[in-house]
Amino acid sequence: MQQKDIKRLTLLLLFAPFALWILLLILLPHIGMVILSLREKVAPRVYEFGFGNYIDFAMEPIYWNTLLRTGSMALLVTALALLIGFPIAYYIAKVAGFRTRGALFLLCLIPLWVSDLIRAFGWILLLRETGVISTFLQWSGAIDGPIEFLYNDATVVVGLVYTVILFMIVPLVSTLDGMDNSMIEAGYNLGGNGFTVLRRIIVPYAMPGIVSGCIVVFMLTAGSYLTPILLGGKNSSWFTEQIYDQFITRFNWESGAAFGFLLLAFTSLVIWLGLKLSGQTLANTVAKS
Amino acid sequence: MLLQSNPSPFLWGYRIYVAAFFIFLAAPLIAAGAFAFNDSLFPALPWQGFTLDWFFNDTEPKLGMFHDRRLLRGMYYSFLIACFVASLSVLVGTTNAFLFVRGDFPGKNALYIVMVIPLVIPGVILGISILVMASDTANYFENSFDLELEFLRPGIFLVVLGQFSFITTITSLVITARLKKFDDSMEEAALNLGASRARVLRTITLPFLRPAMIASGIVAFLVSFENFNTTLFLVGSEAPLTITMYDRMAKVGSTPVLNAVSFFLMVGSGLLALVSIFIQRDKSVR
Repeated sequence: MQQKDIKRLTLLLLFAPFALWILLLILLPHIGMVILSLREKVAPRVYEFGFGNYIDFAMEPIYWNTLLRTGSMALLVTALALLIGFPIAYYIAKVAGFRTRGALFLLCLIPLWVSDLIRAFGWILLLRETGVISTFLQWSGAIDGPIEFLYNDATVVVGLVYTVILFMIVPLVSTLDGMDNSMIEAGYNLGGNGFTVLRRIIVPYAMPGIVSGCIVVFMLTAGSYLTPILLGGKNSSWFTEQIYDQFITRFNWESGAAFGFLLLAFTSLVIWLGLKLSGQTLANTVAKS
Repeated sequence: MLLQSNPSPFLWGYRIYVAAFFIFLAAPLIAAGAFAFNDSLFPALPWQGFTLDWFFNDTEPKLGMFHDRRLLRGMYYSFLIACFVASLSVLVGTTNAFLFVRGDFPGKNALYIVMVIPLVIPGVILGISILVMASDTANYFENSFDLELEFLRPGIFLVVLGQFSFITTITSLVITARLKKFDDSMEEAALNLGASRARVLRTITLPFLRPAMIASGIVAFLVSFENFNTTLFLVGSEAPLTITMYDRMAKVGSTPVLNAVSFFLMVGSGLLALVSIFIQRDKSVR
């Protein structure tokens, strides 16, 4: 009997920090945000509950255009990161020799710990009108005058792919690492060509890693603030920028909270769809890596 | 080591692609670091010669980073915040690991998913939701009891809470993975030899977890140090380094002193990341 009580007490003590963390820092703040977003200002210091902030959002094309733009660009970045990153992850996990492999993986990890700010800063130094690439092209005679590479959508996409691609490669490497080489050999022995083996053996095996990478990359891109602003200029119109604008510049917290909830709902919906379509769950993808 | 038996044109093309990718990966970092050593007032070409002024010079206009009060203060706040976040999140991460590996309670799988969720909430949203709740609470206490709770206003305390809210997921996952690999018979053996529960925990289980705890602590420290999105909404007058640098970039424009800080941070976090990898390397990674 006493043994059982001690066990229960231990469980309770272990459960307390978890519950406090989730309740006080995740659950309650998000409920608070939703409640705030449903509050309308009808007169100074007088508030009413209603969907006014959401109606404002729907009535103003700039707002939902920005959300859709952010969403579609985040999807594009996710697709590009997967396309570019998969061969790299496969090379590290399966093609490279033992020593090269460790070195390449380390090379992949080191930029992971450098702040977004510094990475965007590096791109600015490379790409701006007086930057390294423009100067180099002029010096080599390829172009006559300086070229401004910054402040357009293509640059924002490149910058975003750059900041997030490592979050794609790392889970892919760990999944592909666990795959037995003989499975690939068997595929070839049974008469499959490279493409069939890739499609029917490697990709299905790597699916948890692919989904996990895509989820994290999509969320990071849709929620990123620095890269679109620094590389896209003042009118990059990223949704997080709108949230910042409502909160800090206009001090309109009610509408900022509505925007925040919309971003959360939108990204959650995309992830839910992605999980359903790929037949994966959050537990066997993100939780594993 | 597939494909390696016959070096075909395909493999060469593949290798060139991989090499190009790593150049892509390194280029902005090299650019961000290299201009710290250019003897010019702007981080741009042409190259004016090598200098260490952007680190050590103590006069304007070439004020080096080690004499720039605001940058140093930002670094100090970042360091302070990162230490708090790392210790707190390792502590809670460890209890979470024990809870989910050893504990048995209803709804365990669902709660495990809940534990992972903070990682996939955009940082901006974590920032605003915590800001809203803290201000609501502070306003409530002010209006009802005439009590000014200063720590619930934007500042270091809120920044720590905001970063802790998602970094704990990272530390929990790393420590849980390690605890899962623990061989229960070691604890049983110690208990059979007459050790108390507390002693088993202290001399066997925790030392087994130590590499994961240190490594996840380093990761938490680094993630906290470089965090921007969540911090942006919770920051008060004590701005950490990322915010200070961003302000400087937006208001003054970039000067090579920012390159010097970038170089310093890259070397620092590179070294810390290496340490964490070597600590984790023994037998099992992740």
